[in-house]
Amino acid sequence: MNRELPTRPVPESTIVRPVIADCDIHPCLAKPSDILPYLSKRWQEHAMTYGMLPRHGYQSGPAYPKGQPDAARLDSWPPDGRPGSDLSFMQKQHLDTNKVELGIMTVIAPAAGAAQNLDYSAALARALNEWQVAEWTSKDSRLKASIVVPYEDGKAAAAEIDHWAGHKDFAQVLVLSRTAEPLGQRRYWPIYEAAQRAKLPIGVHAFGYGGYPVTAGGWPSYYIEEMVGHAQCCQSLLTSMVLEGVFERFPGTRMVLIEAGLAWLPSLGWRLDKHWARMRDETPHLKRKPTDYIKEHVWMTTQPMEEPEKRKHFHDIVEWIGIDRLLFATDYPHWDFDDPLWAVPVKLDDAARQALFLDNARSLYGAR
Amino acid sequence: MARHVVGLASAVASGERLVAEVAGRKVVIFNLGGEFFGLFNRCPHQGGDLCLGRTTGLVEAGSEPGEYSYTRRGEILRCPWHGWEFDIRTGKSRAEPGRIRAKTYEVEVKRGAELFDGPYQAENVQVKVEQDYIVVEV
Repeated sequence: MNRELPTRPVPESTIVRPVIADCDIHPCLAKPSDILPYLSKRWQEHAMTYGMLPRHGYQSGPAYPKGQPDAARLDSWPPDGRPGSDLSFMQKQHLDTNKVELGIMTVIAPAAGAAQNLDYSAALARALNEWQVAEWTSKDSRLKASIVVPYEDGKAAAAEIDHWAGHKDFAQVLVLSRTAEPLGQRRYWPIYEAAQRAKLPIGVHAFGYGGYPVTAGGWPSYYIEEMVGHAQCCQSLLTSMVLEGVFERFPGTRMVLIEAGLAWLPSLGWRLDKHWARMRDETPHLKRKPTDYIKEHVWMTTQPMEEPEKRKHFHDIVEWIGIDRLLFATDYPHWDFDDPLWAVPVKLDDAARQALFLDNARSLYGAR
Repeated sequence: MARHVVGLASAVASGERLVAEVAGRKVVIFNLGGEFFGLFNRCPHQGGDLCLGRTTGLVEAGSEPGEYSYTRRGEILRCPWHGWEFDIRTGKSRAEPGRIRAKTYEVEVKRGAELFDGPYQAENVQVKVEQDYIVVEV
């Protein structure tokens, strides 16, 4: 598209990029058949004959078209395959350039945990985990994987966590936000029990296929409504986690909400505390007020973060949530990628920057 | 302001672009129907390479609901990252009309009530054609 005259390689001005942790990186298969070598013969045939039916009706692919092809930065397409499918391209464009010391991978496509066929869900989750080790973490020690689990089948998901427990390349368990039932309900408890046993955080990444409209008010018209709808989806699942007593029953649970925004958390907490004060006898299994559980058990990744009309109000949001609860993420290679140098709408002091961009992730994902 | 000759105008046909280094910085030069315009190759939002973005036009609403027109074909550049749109002729951003806050926007308001500019402006450079050569002033 461009004619380009020869240019000398110029360093990116004089800016020195600090070392960071990126808590949301999306590797993906270059083509769907690349997962076949990691599936047994039985499931290879299933994949080729029937494929995967995600938990929503009568259509393939995600419910809403994305803002850019494959929801990716236009400059993130490697010479062959899809954005996020080529490790050396990712190293050059992202890991090296943005000085990523710790990169948490979140494989959200194919959405193995949302497969209606639960046996295939489990087989595909195992295959994706094997693939992550073989193609990614064993080749670049900066990258850590998230355990893909067949989360609609709690026991099978727990077995998958047990299988990888203690493996140095896995830093968390991954669930998507749209599920068959609110995530606090007891069908999912085996996941939290196993994650606690393995001393792994549970990452809940936005998207997935619950079979329900993507907003609480029904099916919206536009992709932008899906984008902002993640906040309400995650409010529902977090409310469920708190009120079902997951954090009380599994006190080792550390939950990371990924790519769902963050400014909504304080108001949800205030609302929960207010109602809980009047209706605590409805949920007698809770020993503490809702925000106590949230503050102790919940982290959030930043991208895509809210940008208040008056930028200074971002400091208030950070204060309400706590800087120690926030984890920087880029969402590479997706189109709404946050550049670590420019994404935060306010200037943070050095201690806050260090916590947000590196230390929080190190202590959350390193301690196990 | 120094003047830099970057190439022959005839090498860039209408609708095409040329990426050149001028005074140490990459510049994208556009030929819009024989008129030349230049933008520095860095998105003012988060730094995406503008030369990798696609050119597009504007979908503008008419006076009635359901009326649309496609205008400015090929004159709007979309950043390859977040899709911020820039008017190649002025470098002005098309997004976030509610966030008008720099003095440049006052100038822009005179251009017509239908047109809004956002908080970002891609740096544009003076491009002239002098005796068939593209000249950039920086």
